[in-house]
Amino acid sequence: MNPTASKPTKSSYDAIVIGGGHNGLVCAAYLGRAGKKVLVVEKRPVVGGAAVSEEVVPGFTFSVFSYVVSLFRPHIIRELDLPRHGMQILPMETTYNPVPDDRGLVRWGDAARTRREIERFSPNDASIYPEFGLAMSRLSRFTKNIIDTTAPEPASLHPKELIKLLKLAKQFKDFDGDMRYLNLKLMTMSAVDFLEEWFESEPLLPAMAGSGIIGTFMGVRSPGTAYVLLHHYMGEIDGAYRAWGFAKGGTGQISLACARAAQSFGVEIVTDVGVSSIDIANGRARGIVLDNGDQVSAKTVISSLDPNRTFLKLIPEGQLDSDFTASIRRYKNRGSSGKVNLALDRLPTFAGGREGDHHLRGDVTYAPTIDYIEKAYDEAKYGQFSRNPFLNIVIPSLNDPSVAPPGKHVLSAFVQYAPYNIREGAENWPQQRDAFGEAVIDTIEEFCPDIRDCLIDKQVISPWDIERMIGLTEGNIFQGELSLEQLAFLRPVAGWSRYQTPIDQLWMCGSGTHPGGGVMGAPGELSAKTMLSKKAV
Amino acid sequence: MPIESPFHARTSQLCTSMRWKDWAGYFAVCSYEPCHEQEYFAYRHAAGLMDATPLFKYTVSGADAGRLLSRVMTRDITKLRVGRVTYCCWCDDAGKIMDDGTVSRLDDDVYRVTAAEPTLHWLRLNARRYQVAIEDVTTKYGILALQGPLSRGILGHVCGRAVTDLRFFRLTQTTIDRRPVTITRTGYTGDLGYEVWCDSADALPVYDAITEAGQNYRLMPAGLDALDVARVEAGFVMNGVDYHSSNHCLIESRKSTPYELGLGWTVQLDRDPFIGQSKLREEKQRGSQWSFVGLDYDWVAFERLFARHDLPPQTPHGAWRDPLPVFDRTGRQVGQATSGAWSPTLKKNLALASVKRSHAAEGRELLIEATVEFERTRTPVTVSAPMFFDPERKRG
Repeated sequence: MNPTASKPTKSSYDAIVIGGGHNGLVCAAYLGRAGKKVLVVEKRPVVGGAAVSEEVVPGFTFSVFSYVVSLFRPHIIRELDLPRHGMQILPMETTYNPVPDDRGLVRWGDAARTRREIERFSPNDASIYPEFGLAMSRLSRFTKNIIDTTAPEPASLHPKELIKLLKLAKQFKDFDGDMRYLNLKLMTMSAVDFLEEWFESEPLLPAMAGSGIIGTFMGVRSPGTAYVLLHHYMGEIDGAYRAWGFAKGGTGQISLACARAAQSFGVEIVTDVGVSSIDIANGRARGIVLDNGDQVSAKTVISSLDPNRTFLKLIPEGQLDSDFTASIRRYKNRGSSGKVNLALDRLPTFAGGREGDHHLRGDVTYAPTIDYIEKAYDEAKYGQFSRNPFLNIVIPSLNDPSVAPPGKHVLSAFVQYAPYNIREGAENWPQQRDAFGEAVIDTIEEFCPDIRDCLIDKQVISPWDIERMIGLTEGNIFQGELSLEQLAFLRPVAGWSRYQTPIDQLWMCGSGTHPGGGVMGAPGELSAKTMLSKKAV
Repeated sequence: MPIESPFHARTSQLCTSMRWKDWAGYFAVCSYEPCHEQEYFAYRHAAGLMDATPLFKYTVSGADAGRLLSRVMTRDITKLRVGRVTYCCWCDDAGKIMDDGTVSRLDDDVYRVTAAEPTLHWLRLNARRYQVAIEDVTTKYGILALQGPLSRGILGHVCGRAVTDLRFFRLTQTTIDRRPVTITRTGYTGDLGYEVWCDSADALPVYDAITEAGQNYRLMPAGLDALDVARVEAGFVMNGVDYHSSNHCLIESRKSTPYELGLGWTVQLDRDPFIGQSKLREEKQRGSQWSFVGLDYDWVAFERLFARHDLPPQTPHGAWRDPLPVFDRTGRQVGQATSGAWSPTLKKNLALASVKRSHAAEGRELLIEATVEFERTRTPVTVSAPMFFDPERKRG
């Protein structure tokens, strides 16, 4: 991207976007494309928010937080011409589940090979696996209709809203009976209960159920986690559902591509500039106040920050109804995960005796049994990080050697559970960080015995660190849990799912709005399109 | 029955997919893995190693070697300096293209020619008045194409600065594992890349040395399927796919000229006579009937074709080469797309096509045939330059 300034060039804009995460940038790009004068204000020296690549260890580029991509909307890629601006996605081909004293399970791009792998554990599961994939693809296509448009508003009697609801109802009706029931089950069941209707064997069950808890403070047996499972299924790459990939150069490159696209439409981006408050007069936003006291005015102010931060930190006391404030306070953030990034001198040896590294090109999920994940959750429930956590590991340098020096590797471990609110209080995370990192490496050691011999350096990130580094309240990676009561027309709170806020000319565009978290770009896009259609900017 | 290349002992071990095809009489790997995807990404993000031995290879030497090649080729080869390589094509007397390939000047009087088809007879036929020796060295040498952004680092490990400093379309003669090799900075992927020529007897040690150096760079063996996607992105024509050699054509309309294939830049008209010169000059003055263009599918319309059947859009798996008719908006056929691919890098559905010059302006909207759920239909495409992908690193 073009170099960013640390001071806005003008005193007034059509729109100011607070926060240069990927959604803020996508929103700004769409507004810029429509000819608006837009300013993006980012507090950190780099744009990207949680989708950021940083050379934390010299020569090693970490996708510090978000580490894989799938949900990014294909039409946004096209409309903003992101490949031209440097966005490149490399496919993740495999999923490997190590199992103690066994070869483990690998699911490959090759269906027959996957079937043979699953057959070792259960011939029944092997034969039904493709059917499950098809059913989830069908459900994903139904969900796609929801995530690619603004949320329906069931409480409204406006004809447009009714038509929107009717359309959805028709799509639902067009499903055959089984699929309709399946959809309802998915909305209400736990990941394990839902999956056990299909599968019987470990490690397949826990490996799949793991997708149901990512970023959520629930266990695999908690009702509602089946939906999160679908959220991880409905990604698509080049039209293929459930395809996941790495961004070349790390996830930050997606943000940089969005930033370049925005700049190509004349959007101005400033970095290293904090916003202390939103300037509001007579119930209407009229600009922002920077940390240094400078004021910048705008017709519209858009916050890409999470609802908690937007409404409880940036808006002066008394500007919002107490009911609304109470709803925002009730909105669940509850960070539940941490991240451990390792710089490795060489590729570690994985136990299990598999030859080569083909099976490591995708992700490695460590969750050998359902009980293993549930026990990890037990500890978190009572305010401790899991001593034996659920791990989702990727080694992006196997696909994209540009992120590490020749022959060396980057390993990124998503770790759950690491509750924000530990027993000793969140502010005590710094004292626990080392022990947390060690627990993760000890766990990796169970299937990678020589991991410590390969280790050059590490970065351990607790949810408290996530909050401190990039401002996500309680370190929740989705800007608020993806539980059903916080989705669609209820995200972030009932009545305010269309990116507008009780403050006139203050809008939202972050993952705390519909359709939610993940490197998706949809909240940013839908917010910008809504504003443009309402001529709010 | 195809024969084995000198690298076969290695490639056959690596080709776990058992997916082979016949390339110019040799066994050639389509993809080493069941799907070519990772090999494609190796070409674009790391490096891929492909056995390009089946190319026809000729050594042309002697005092008149440059003059003979200038007579046959559309380019003035006498101007090619030692240590350089050039891409060119050659035509029959009517100016119709016979083949395309590269000419390398190894020494004052020594050149090497690569071709997609046997060309010995044509070279000899035209050599009668010249002091030259023409040798078919197709089986004498093995060629490895090492392509991708990290190829320079890999060869640097094996050969040092002689290669890392090598500029685009230059060659160097050096050694790999003490075996003599010629390395050209050329390729068919449209990316940074090299082609390594070695004596067939040295093939395995050379292969091993490159593979070993490549380990730290995620070098993958890569096959023709991945290459085909890369070359469509790069907009490179292929003999037998995007055009047909004039000496194979039963009918006149199947033949093409360099101008019609976008290879006009390789034709140097104002010089000593060469084969096809007068006809090519006429065509240049008159203007060509056909143009070679890129076509970029309108994705929204393409998606709609599938949505009609309640299906998600399906991009072609790999490159295709079954021609498809191309129409103008009134429904009149104005050309044919000869190959195409979904570009995973550009996120675009692409085709290469020959269309009437009147319909070849960039940005023009045309229609291409598409079949979805057994239903034959037409979908809009936009004309563009064929070179869709052209990264700076290719030349830099």
